[in-house]
Amino acid sequence: MSETLKVPTMAECMAEGRQPEILFWVGSAGSYDDRAKKITKAFVKILNKANVDFAVLGTEESCTGDVAKRAGNEFLFQMQAVSNIEVLNAYEVKNIVTACPHSYNTLKNEYPQLGGHYQVQHHTQFINKLIKTGRLKVKAENALKGKRITFHDPCYLGRANNVYEAPRELLKTLGVELVEMKRNRQTALCCGAGGAQMFKEPEKGDKDVNVLRTEDALETQPGIIATGCPYCNTMMTDGVKAKEKETEIAVLDVAELIADAQEA
Amino acid sequence: MGYLPNIFFVIVLVVGIGYFARNVKKLIRNIKLGQKVDVSDNKPQRWKNMINIALGQGKMVRRPIAGILHIIVYLGFIIINIEVLEIIIDGVLGTHRIFSVLGLFYGVLIASFEILAVLVLVAVIVFWIRRNIIKLRRFWSLEMTSWPKQDANYILYFEMVLMCLFLVMNATDVMFQEAGSGNLISQHIAAWFSGLPESTLHIIERSAWWLHIIGILVFLNYLYFSKHLHILLAFPNTYYGKLAPKGQFNNLEAVTKEVKMMMDPNVDPFAAPENGEEEDMPAKFGASDVQDLSWVQLLSAYTCTECGRCTSECPANLTGKKLSPRKIMMDTRDRLEEVGKNIDANNGEFKDDGKQLLGDYISTEELWACTTCNACVEACPVSIDPLSIILEMRRYLVMEQSAAPIELNNMMTNIENNGAPWPYNQMDRLKWKDE
Repeated sequence: MSETLKVPTMAECMAEGRQPEILFWVGSAGSYDDRAKKITKAFVKILNKANVDFAVLGTEESCTGDVAKRAGNEFLFQMQAVSNIEVLNAYEVKNIVTACPHSYNTLKNEYPQLGGHYQVQHHTQFINKLIKTGRLKVKAENALKGKRITFHDPCYLGRANNVYEAPRELLKTLGVELVEMKRNRQTALCCGAGGAQMFKEPEKGDKDVNVLRTEDALETQPGIIATGCPYCNTMMTDGVKAKEKETEIAVLDVAELIADAQEA
Repeated sequence: MGYLPNIFFVIVLVVGIGYFARNVKKLIRNIKLGQKVDVSDNKPQRWKNMINIALGQGKMVRRPIAGILHIIVYLGFIIINIEVLEIIIDGVLGTHRIFSVLGLFYGVLIASFEILAVLVLVAVIVFWIRRNIIKLRRFWSLEMTSWPKQDANYILYFEMVLMCLFLVMNATDVMFQEAGSGNLISQHIAAWFSGLPESTLHIIERSAWWLHIIGILVFLNYLYFSKHLHILLAFPNTYYGKLAPKGQFNNLEAVTKEVKMMMDPNVDPFAAPENGEEEDMPAKFGASDVQDLSWVQLLSAYTCTECGRCTSECPANLTGKKLSPRKIMMDTRDRLEEVGKNIDANNGEFKDDGKQLLGDYISTEELWACTTCNACVEACPVSIDPLSIILEMRRYLVMEQSAAPIELNNMMTNIENNGAPWPYNQMDRLKWKDE
């Protein structure tokens, strides 16, 4: 990457005696998964561009425990939650932004009862605010303008938390041609990764869920399938490959689209 | 001798309602076998949900054809029940159409009943065609064979017969037809009976009247044995339904205690438990049988009317996996009924029958196929949450039996060891920024 990213950690901020505006919760996928790391960087680029005073936990961050909870391991989940909350509370974190709907849901809904009370936003909500408040400008003439894009709703953003419009509004600011799949918003089909499915082979059936969802997306004849979740991204990318359409159709996170439009 | 019909009527009424009350008591007893759960919060929102979702049928119309037809049947049944009130009063007092003193208003009332009766009849016939001729996929899944399939059709036949009896009763009521008020539909049916002597008409009218009220009482008692309980239970179920965001799964309090103790360096792990503390711990984590589920989940199992909207939106089911959220609810109900019968047969005590919900009804293959996407929860028109039952059973499998699929065990070991589901070094968590 040509320009270097500014990624301060909470520990550094504390050493400097300052409290950043937001904590960017990177999440395990965003930290380690090669594809998801690109989304992480795209989001940081946006944060840098808009001069957002943020920090990450870095090596002090640990899995939220979402996947363990949904697999049925409540012990492991609460162990993760309690130790994460200890770290977050020690830094007196108030505002969290994350690019992962699973982290978003867990931090926002399942941590409060265990002593972690934060304002949690999904990155699409946060970027949307940056644009609305004029902190981030999107070029009217960008490479994506008029491009046919369909948006796949992540279950843990959409149905789980009723966030349907923030990512769509962002896509609209890019001037793209937003086409909806037949199953969208409340009735959107899962990509197949939730509930710990990401980490196991599917049960016997006649099709993989991600292939079925990709077929939904292909029906709209998109140039790009946009989504807002690292797991959905993996599943849809695999689905597009299974349909041998990877040369024609890209699967991209909304943050990547916004970041690209910044550059163009 | 003149009072014989009145006495007979009262007996039929008391037996019909009495038997129903007995079964309702049994139903409540069975539901109370579930674990206690606090649902006393946010009453205004709960009432609002009940009014919107159950009374207002808010979620039914998401599928417009089924939704509108259902509203017709629903309205029909509620409104035509005013007629049942008249029948009961007439039956007990030996009067005839006691409400007719209302005059013109009575005519308007009966006319609207007649219109609704025809609409209900049409709707029910369309329902039957959708089930048996068009064979909509959701009515022909694996769990919809034998009894569930027959049950659904019996209910439709019941409704058809009841509506026909109501119309015939009006059509052959000579006095009512002569009064010419409110016989909007039945006057046309009356034409089919023209030419019959008045005494024959009277016999037909009386027969239709008796069959109508007896049919209603039989139907009332049929509810308990069928999926049709939703006409009553949809109301409490939408009231007690989940209020939190769908993505929010409950945190087990017993686990919280353990975890807090483990994390607290001041706790003496060998200390004797304080009085009463032992009893706070649940017998087991998660659920392997119906008694481990909450009473709201058991209420939901009885509320399910097997419409299959959940299953038809389930990503696992759509891709040929065994999981069907509807089957989860049906299995829970069937096992609960089995447990209830066991208790009845053993003087109020449950005697271990060597069976449980997990394994004997619901397989692990079904449980592990769930993506926790909430599509089933979103689809349910009466606020049933099949996902919560799946989660409780996964909890039992993982925390009591360590019986997660091997890949998931690996994933969980990774989280324990290095704070991520993959085997990467925790110290590399920020490496992405320099790559």
